[in-house]
Amino acid sequence: MSAAPRHLDVDALLDDRGVGIVVCCGSGGVGKTTTSAALALRAAERGRKVVVLTIDPARRLAQSMGIEALDNTPRPVSGADRAAGGHLDAMMLDMKRTFDEVVESQASPDKARQILENPFYVALSSSFAGTQEYMAMEKLGQIRRDAERDGTYDLIVVDTPPSRSALDFLDAPERLSSFLDGRFIKLMLAPARGPARLVTAGLGLVTGALTKVLGAQVLRDLQTFVTAIDTVFGGFRQRAMATYALLQDSRTAFLVVAAPEPDALREAAYFVDRLSEDRMPLAGLVVNRAAERPDGDLSAEAAYAAAERLRERPESGTDEGTESTDAAVTAGLLRLYADQERLVERETRLRGRFTAAHPGVSTVVVPALPSDVHDLDGLRRVGGLLAR
Amino acid sequence: MTSDWPGVQLHVVTGKGGTGKSTVAASLALALADEGRDVLLCEVEGRQGIARMFDVDPLPYEERRLATGLAREGGRAGTVHALHVDPEAALLEYLAMYYRLGRAGRALDRFGVVEFATTIAPGVRDVLLTGKVYEAVERNSRNKGAIRYDAVVLDAPPTGRIVQFLNVSNELAGLAKVGPIRSQADTMMTLFRSPRTAVHLVTVLEEMPVQETTDGIAELRAVDLPVGGVVVNLVRPQELGADQLASADADTVARDLTTAGVGLSPGLVEGLVRTGHEAAERRALEDRQRRLVAALDVPTYELPRLTQGGDLAALYELAALLRTQGMA
Repeated sequence: MSAAPRHLDVDALLDDRGVGIVVCCGSGGVGKTTTSAALALRAAERGRKVVVLTIDPARRLAQSMGIEALDNTPRPVSGADRAAGGHLDAMMLDMKRTFDEVVESQASPDKARQILENPFYVALSSSFAGTQEYMAMEKLGQIRRDAERDGTYDLIVVDTPPSRSALDFLDAPERLSSFLDGRFIKLMLAPARGPARLVTAGLGLVTGALTKVLGAQVLRDLQTFVTAIDTVFGGFRQRAMATYALLQDSRTAFLVVAAPEPDALREAAYFVDRLSEDRMPLAGLVVNRAAERPDGDLSAEAAYAAAERLRERPESGTDEGTESTDAAVTAGLLRLYADQERLVERETRLRGRFTAAHPGVSTVVVPALPSDVHDLDGLRRVGGLLAR
Repeated sequence: MTSDWPGVQLHVVTGKGGTGKSTVAASLALALADEGRDVLLCEVEGRQGIARMFDVDPLPYEERRLATGLAREGGRAGTVHALHVDPEAALLEYLAMYYRLGRAGRALDRFGVVEFATTIAPGVRDVLLTGKVYEAVERNSRNKGAIRYDAVVLDAPPTGRIVQFLNVSNELAGLAKVGPIRSQADTMMTLFRSPRTAVHLVTVLEEMPVQETTDGIAELRAVDLPVGGVVVNLVRPQELGADQLASADADTVARDLTTAGVGLSPGLVEGLVRTGHEAAERRALEDRQRRLVAALDVPTYELPRLTQGGDLAALYELAALLRTQGMA
């Protein structure tokens, strides 16, 4: 049995003025969005000037925060308590719009229009796997620059997209950069500039093959797109690298969010390893939706056995007709209790495995709530549990 | 019990993250593989989830025999093969199979075209992945000696992406209005839209997953993709109703515990009552979500939350449950 992990002190993290960015990452379906929103609200009500950048919140949660409109602009969350001197804004990421804005800021109006209308751009900006991740980081960089200039926020909480893999968003800036430096782009840009005849010969082969597979029209569109967007490439690359550096900054804190399930914890482990490889500052692990050990010192086995005895008990000797039903309720409760005990044992084992492999990672375990969170009170409750 | 999906050859399994769609896809594949039927289980998201579930080495881009299916009583089992579809390998295979590109195919790779097409070029990645799945169902005559499967189960991308993923023609629409890749996509769509395909959605009884399932069904229908069943996964035990759970009171529980010979340790009675009240709250929420699922008016199947789960035996257990409910 491994030792218990260090406890993650969430309030200390939120109160630390040296921390300007909190990034919540993890695989899909582990409660990342709720965790981000709860952390942001708690920080604001403890006096920080906070903006939370969410990706895809549940409709009712978004409504309660006043961000049902996806307009890429932070909006004040009116229900947040400002007594401590802080405040909370929230925004939902519009991936395509963010991309459009970057293009518009990097290219002349004419060039920008040419790019925005190209079918490859339209598809790239709305469906490229990784665009959302990259744009989340881009938006983070923007908000951070604006906040430093205007003093609007001293803490930015970022929710990351529900990626195929939790690593996608870390890779996105690098992937975009390497795409822009890629051989294929160079090929498309300079079809006539082959350094050697061999390359030119290969080039004819490639163009021929592409035409055969894609058709000439597609190839022409692609060439136009690559040529047009080339002017903004330098800007993109610089920004991607700046954002990456921002993430490595000691003022950034990563929280890896997981659920006590094998897949989610495995993803969390990958993520922790990857963050340390990339020298990104990890604050700790949040394990959501954990089963809580029920009160009482009955073992699961004893509870199952007692439930069985109640069920098999003859009904004789009862004066009231309802008694057997009552015993059925108690028997049912005992089985729930026993299931819960089993679940706690299983989750403890799973978390123990994680801790054994990553002993240095501070952890907070958040119990499962019986109902969904869709208002600020619910977020406060989650915030309270996070800070236990 | 006969299957609700007798004519379906391609079972697409989607679901919100965290609902256990991969587990359901694997269980469905085991359930379909009986009476000597051969089933292929495909994954397309590069996660090697199949290998982990079945506790085998990471899968290559190659159909591998994975497991024996779940036999019916007195019957014989079929086989389950697995395929991890990798877009780069799929592209090279596609070029070789359809265009006999040979040297040019390698040149494409050398010039970074393959990398470009599979990681960046919008839509192309999805077309390659779905294209391979299509080939596994229809089997190209050029793919000599390939196994002809009775059914293919696809562990697909999550609900939020499924329409984009399957609606390949549309994804290419802005890019390739004509040309060979376009007609490939159109042929694929004919299969995906036919009654030989069913898109099943996995959910749990929580608000967001159910909402996504509802939205997903509407989006699938809007583009004429055939909606299959809804699998409600990770269902908690339901021997008591919400009212019964909420009715739990300390005196009765204490009396019953004494009857059952359980010593009343401190906190036990209160703990049990609280367990009941929290379960009641959860049950009320789940019942609300279950009514929403029922209102979707598609076949639904329920799978329990297994407290010990996670291993191969659990997959067979779930497969048996899917079969008794008529999904396979």
